[in-house]
Amino acid sequence: MTSNQIKRPLGLQLLIYGFVLLWLILAAFPFFWTMWGSFKVELDFFSKGDWTHAISGVRTQAVYGESFTGAGYEGAWIQEEFWRAFSNTAIVCFFTVLTSLTIATLGGYALSRSGFRYSFWLLIIALVFRALPPITLVSGYLPPFYAWNIWGLLPTTIIVLVAINQPFTLWMLHSFFQTIPKELDESAKVDGCTQFQAFRYVIIPVMWPGVITAGLFSFLLAYNDFAVTAVLLSQDNQTMVPKIASFMGTTQTEGNVMFAVAAVVSSIIPLFLLVLFFQRQLVSGLTAGAVKG
Amino acid sequence: MKHKTFFWFFLPTALAMLLFIALPLTSVVSQSFHAPHEEVLLVSEICDPFGCATESTIDHQATEQLKKDKPLGQWVGFEIYADRNHLAFKEVAEFWQTRSSFTGFISSLNNLQFYRAMGFTLTYVIVVTPLVILFGLIIALAVNSLHRHLKGLMVFFSLLPMIVTPLVGSLILFWMIDARGIVGSGLQEIFSDPNLSLKASTGLTWVTLIVYGVWHSAPFAFIVFYAGLQTVPKETLESAMIDGASRFQQVIHVVVPHLSPLVAFVALIQLMDNFRVFEPIVGFSASAHATSLSWIIWNDIGQEIRLFSSAATTSVLTIIGVVILLLPVLIRTWREFNPEK
Repeated sequence: MTSNQIKRPLGLQLLIYGFVLLWLILAAFPFFWTMWGSFKVELDFFSKGDWTHAISGVRTQAVYGESFTGAGYEGAWIQEEFWRAFSNTAIVCFFTVLTSLTIATLGGYALSRSGFRYSFWLLIIALVFRALPPITLVSGYLPPFYAWNIWGLLPTTIIVLVAINQPFTLWMLHSFFQTIPKELDESAKVDGCTQFQAFRYVIIPVMWPGVITAGLFSFLLAYNDFAVTAVLLSQDNQTMVPKIASFMGTTQTEGNVMFAVAAVVSSIIPLFLLVLFFQRQLVSGLTAGAVKG
Repeated sequence: MKHKTFFWFFLPTALAMLLFIALPLTSVVSQSFHAPHEEVLLVSEICDPFGCATESTIDHQATEQLKKDKPLGQWVGFEIYADRNHLAFKEVAEFWQTRSSFTGFISSLNNLQFYRAMGFTLTYVIVVTPLVILFGLIIALAVNSLHRHLKGLMVFFSLLPMIVTPLVGSLILFWMIDARGIVGSGLQEIFSDPNLSLKASTGLTWVTLIVYGVWHSAPFAFIVFYAGLQTVPKETLESAMIDGASRFQQVIHVVVPHLSPLVAFVALIQLMDNFRVFEPIVGFSASAHATSLSWIIWNDIGQEIRLFSSAATTSVLTIIGVVILLLPVLIRTWREFNPEK
């Protein structure tokens, strides 16, 4: 936009390309480096003497006869049972997203259609809740969860994650529903629908773009959570992120850093795919709150 | 929408937030005023031919009973707030009286867990937030001037540092800056100091964490500003150009004012998120040199004997910090909502 009319001087052009390239390297290189390195042995991944070993895999070749090895993945997924953490994450994310979207859609829709003063205050309270670091709530969860004997279970964690996600999801869906003209459901009500019927037959068919975006962020919050899942889940029910954190303690001492590297890379792949397929929704979600001001 | 309909629509989400945010919050506050029960001691006098001696044994039954009757523990008021691990009033007063200089006072505060964590948290917030805004703006301006096809590619790769789990992202960088990793050994080459380690000194650890913070959050600012750049009014830019404004002046006087509401938005989100900095400290194993408020709560809960009261007290203090941080925003929203007052 800015200066397409006038050609940029060469110096500026070079500066821009240089900067973009630098940022591209900063943003992407660490991931590709670690992905590549996850198929090597530790001495190649951490090759102090000659960094090219990390690329060519000289020592990997010496050990396995090939310059790539899946030993790290085998160790993490099978020996350390990372598959269990993976399936726990899948369960937690699926149910968190499902529940959180269902109740936030109803709530966000109600907030956007109610002009009363309390809806403003509810949004402000949600904002304050959004600002609370989740870890500050954790010590409030533990004593009752112990007392009722529901600590360590997946459903408990799912409900907590749903609640923690609510303020954010609510805000997002609220601003999305405000972009859907009120006349749409009001005319349905004039035709004799109840509010719920208007929601069911008029709003639900047109709400999916907003709901998908909100669902993506809800998924990310659940997938990326460490503070809550690490404290609330028992060893067997651990999801990927706390599992990786516990690898740090055990594998470092046993010299199995490559297990942790493989686990880390495994946990990044789903996020890669997510960005690949939902880039537009993610960008629109990030800016949704901002454009409102 | 009628009040009654609103109520039913809003009930599920309200219940979730009430039961799992508001209720734990009150429970955290009440925990912070209670300490665990001490063991009930049975004092008995045992006499033998050489004389009498008192012996105290733990009365397990009575202790259990007490714990059952008052599960919160004993009421101690503000005692935990004032103790050495939190606000440490006594120690601070002592340091103040015996100070030799103001910097000496600050450095002795560093020996107190809470103030040390506060120091890092605030530094992190104050340094990372403006840097994120600055880098985000520069990246957005640079990417925006690229060819259409390149833009999409840049957005894709830029999203990665932000979307990847903070713990995982920090681990990836941690391995790279390891003395045997590519960045760590590269730095040793550059400064020709074979013992250079980013993990060994406090200063370098802070720098590492701050660099990580900017790396992680700059994409967010970038995406928001990039979206804002698409709506900059062309007419204003053109008239600025006709008036003879240079490129830099156009950016400063037209683009930046247009983006200012977005800057406020990014700053708000960044203040909230940076204040809870926690995962990078775990990922970089940096707790020896840098701790944050969230980290000490985590550390208290992670102990063998979970220190609920201590964790709850730090939580309450953290929440007060968050509220103070948010106060300007809340006041502004309030003013906007009641313009006549």
